[in-house]
Amino acid sequence: MVVRYLGAEVQRMEDPRLLTGHGRYVDDMTMEGMLHAAFLRASHAHAKIRAIDTSRAAQLPGVHRVFTHADLGPKYGHRMNQLYPAPVIEVNKTQYPLSKDEVCYVGEAVAVVVADSRAIAEDAVALIDVDYEVLPAVVNIMNALEDGAPLAHADTSSNLMGRMRSQFGDIDDAFAKADHVFQAAFMQHRGGCHSMETRGCIGRDDPWGDGLTLWTSAQSPYLIRRALATWLGEPEERVRVVAPDVGGGFGPKAGFYPEEIVIPLLARFMERPVKWIEDRREHFMSTTTQRDQHWNLEVACTSEGKILGLRGKVTHENGAYIPYGILLPNSSLTPLPGAYAIPAVDVGVDIVFTNTVPNSPVRGAGRPCGIYAVERMIQTVSRNLGIDPAEVRRRNYVRPEQMPYETGATLRGGAKCVYDSGDYEALLEKALELADYAGFKERQAAARAEGRYLGIGVSSCIEDTGMGPYEGTTVRVEASGKVAVRTGAASQGQGHHTMIAMIVAENLGVSPEDILFESADTGKFPHGVGTIGSRVAANVGPSAFDAATKVREKALRLAAEVLEASEADLDIEDGVVRVNGAPDLSITLGELAIKLSPASAMRVPAGFDPLLEATSYDGSSGSPIACGSNVAEVEVDVGTGEVRVLRYSVAHDCGVMINPMIVHGQIVGGVVHGIGNALFERMIYDDQGQPLTTNYGEYLLPLASEMPRVDVTHMETPSPLNSLGVKGAGEGGTIPAAAAVVAAIENALTEFGVEIDYYPVDPQYLTGLIDRGAAQAAE
Amino acid sequence: MADTREVTVTVNGESRTATVETRTSLGDFLRHTLRLTGTHMGCEHGVCGACTVLVDGDAVRSCLMLAVQANGREITTVEGLAAAVGTLSPLQAAFWKHHGLQCGFCTPGMLTSLTAFLRDNPNAGEKDIREAISGNICRCTGYQGIVDAALDAAKSMQEG
Repeated sequence: MVVRYLGAEVQRMEDPRLLTGHGRYVDDMTMEGMLHAAFLRASHAHAKIRAIDTSRAAQLPGVHRVFTHADLGPKYGHRMNQLYPAPVIEVNKTQYPLSKDEVCYVGEAVAVVVADSRAIAEDAVALIDVDYEVLPAVVNIMNALEDGAPLAHADTSSNLMGRMRSQFGDIDDAFAKADHVFQAAFMQHRGGCHSMETRGCIGRDDPWGDGLTLWTSAQSPYLIRRALATWLGEPEERVRVVAPDVGGGFGPKAGFYPEEIVIPLLARFMERPVKWIEDRREHFMSTTTQRDQHWNLEVACTSEGKILGLRGKVTHENGAYIPYGILLPNSSLTPLPGAYAIPAVDVGVDIVFTNTVPNSPVRGAGRPCGIYAVERMIQTVSRNLGIDPAEVRRRNYVRPEQMPYETGATLRGGAKCVYDSGDYEALLEKALELADYAGFKERQAAARAEGRYLGIGVSSCIEDTGMGPYEGTTVRVEASGKVAVRTGAASQGQGHHTMIAMIVAENLGVSPEDILFESADTGKFPHGVGTIGSRVAANVGPSAFDAATKVREKALRLAAEVLEASEADLDIEDGVVRVNGAPDLSITLGELAIKLSPASAMRVPAGFDPLLEATSYDGSSGSPIACGSNVAEVEVDVGTGEVRVLRYSVAHDCGVMINPMIVHGQIVGGVVHGIGNALFERMIYDDQGQPLTTNYGEYLLPLASEMPRVDVTHMETPSPLNSLGVKGAGEGGTIPAAAAVVAAIENALTEFGVEIDYYPVDPQYLTGLIDRGAAQAAE
Repeated sequence: MADTREVTVTVNGESRTATVETRTSLGDFLRHTLRLTGTHMGCEHGVCGACTVLVDGDAVRSCLMLAVQANGREITTVEGLAAAVGTLSPLQAAFWKHHGLQCGFCTPGMLTSLTAFLRDNPNAGEKDIREAISGNICRCTGYQGIVDAALDAAKSMQEG
């Protein structure tokens, strides 16, 4: 009898260790002779560096050395590499690991102190004197491209980083034949990473042994290995990058940072391991964020609310440097046309430099913005035509019989965006039922009679998940009978160990407890990409399944010879191969492994190679498209502008669920992140480019006391694109959330005629809209 | 020269003595001097709650307390919550069962905060628990698994 793990709510293998304080995050590691580093960071958003005097810092007892750009020497004097080169990048600005002669955002690393302790290093940072010539800074994307705007970089002639466009269908025809054209413009702002563990790394250089090793709190150790080796001009084999336990990532830990060059270099110079741990203020100033994006859209539709076309322009804030190619603006456009069969789209993006920390994807990347934009236009159509917003959606969804549905958009990498499977309308109905949408008007009226303002908002999304090219898995049965499973994919809390162990255990006929799991170490597994874009289940999952299948086949073939039985009569259960109907005939997987790699002078069985092992890079043949519909019910205090989410309902489809408990956790956590975007999280810079929100008193994250219970229901429409039928689930909670919450707020404030053109919807902003609405109503 | 003092504390039932700089926080002392790395530093300004430990039974942010202030006190960290090595406290077991953790970084502070809270408020409901952990930030879970775990643990502790 085969034990089924797939689809079961298996408790996570990771947890006992983490629950008892025995995790191993980068700051938990210590090494013989290890030194500590602290960075001096730019205090101006834009300035020339005239001179740096490190003499006072260097004299502090306990300080070993202080480094500036010049101190790294000419061999290490070049700018960081562009990780994702793209033709649309017109001005390719990456930063120097330590600023050379110009700083372009507050928080840019200018110098670094190496000392006996972190405290001493931080003391010494305060003793470094930098002579700056302050330059004008550009901060606001809305005037960054105007003539005479300050330039983010002194040696450029414009703040335009590049332009891109998503264009398909006959847009002129769509607008020509439309009964109505409606317009809406709005700003979106998505805040920062705010993993509870900040960034941090340890470098160690052993030129005669292991080469350079970097332990770093990161999502993409293989990307960092390649980037670091390329930057150094050294072979990848001499660079090992390890992500130990990582306390959350959410996108900004997927890139490659100046510190991940500087710290290994310091280890090389000092001939001792060097550790750097980012403090929270540094996290606000130096870890990439995802801030402003302005959309100005027109929608063409019929009188029945059928949408014919969408066109407009986006202005995207890049920040000071390009850490991550054009992933963010690109992933903002590719979700158009959302869950809807909109035949024509023409939307362009201007990507602009500002003197702020570089921008990179945060949970969902550009998808929450693209989906928010589409959903806003659905709301606009609904409001203008007086059709219920759920009904407008029903009239526009891509229908199951249209699958696979080619939208016309192009995914990153050039592939056409094709919706592989799903029933978007059925998903909406499930969400509406869960939310008791039908009963809302009654609840709203009852509350209104008490002077309370309730609103409901709907949002639907699609999500391209599981992007390629691959992740791999090696499965090997050890002589002990334990099963070593290795993969490149780094976990930041998603439960990869459990998920992969379940797949291998079920397929190989072992217990998940017998699996020895290792991941995210370039020294242990040769190739990998990274944990981004909800891609691990749809890439590692099939590879683990395939590798386990191959090991199983090999074990059965050998066992058939050993047991003199037909393979068809064999089964593997709890690590033992048995002959059906002959319970005494059996051999363990461990014994088979020993037969394949026997002691000296023995022979490997004829027709076999020596290891009970297989490696696979099987993944998904395209991007599986997950989907979801969310319903938010809110109460607005019209006096204070406070918004409370009373109820939140999710219907989600990420294909076959490997572990529904983990999927549920991803969805609920994602929703709360999205509610944070909608209501709280705002990274504020003043007009000089000084960050004003650099602690958790100033920058608000969602707290347990403010968050509703999130009700989740699932559909499981298998993806035809991989062997397991899975789709990614890591971001599907976040992507539609802001649109649902904002629609609900507007719905609550219908009598004030409130139209929201900005999120996060903070109380000051909202009371302004309410007061304006009330004044207009009074006129 | 750095100003130092000798500090003696009882940590998870064991007496520990060490010399520390007077400016060293209790959290850094536990992590780097005593090598009890289960206590995590998330914000180091007293908001996120990841570094919460029990000092004479009270939930305290170890980033806001100096090691010297803990002299003579009894401290419980996440490593000391379970009755014996290799076991889990009822609250830890409930976190496991209800998927109350993902990356695990805020978890030690959640566990210590809730251990103290549930001891003092065994009949706490969902709203009380949400208030009780409103000083502990979790970026992963959306809090729901944590709240469910705390409710379940309260129930199982009452049932004994």
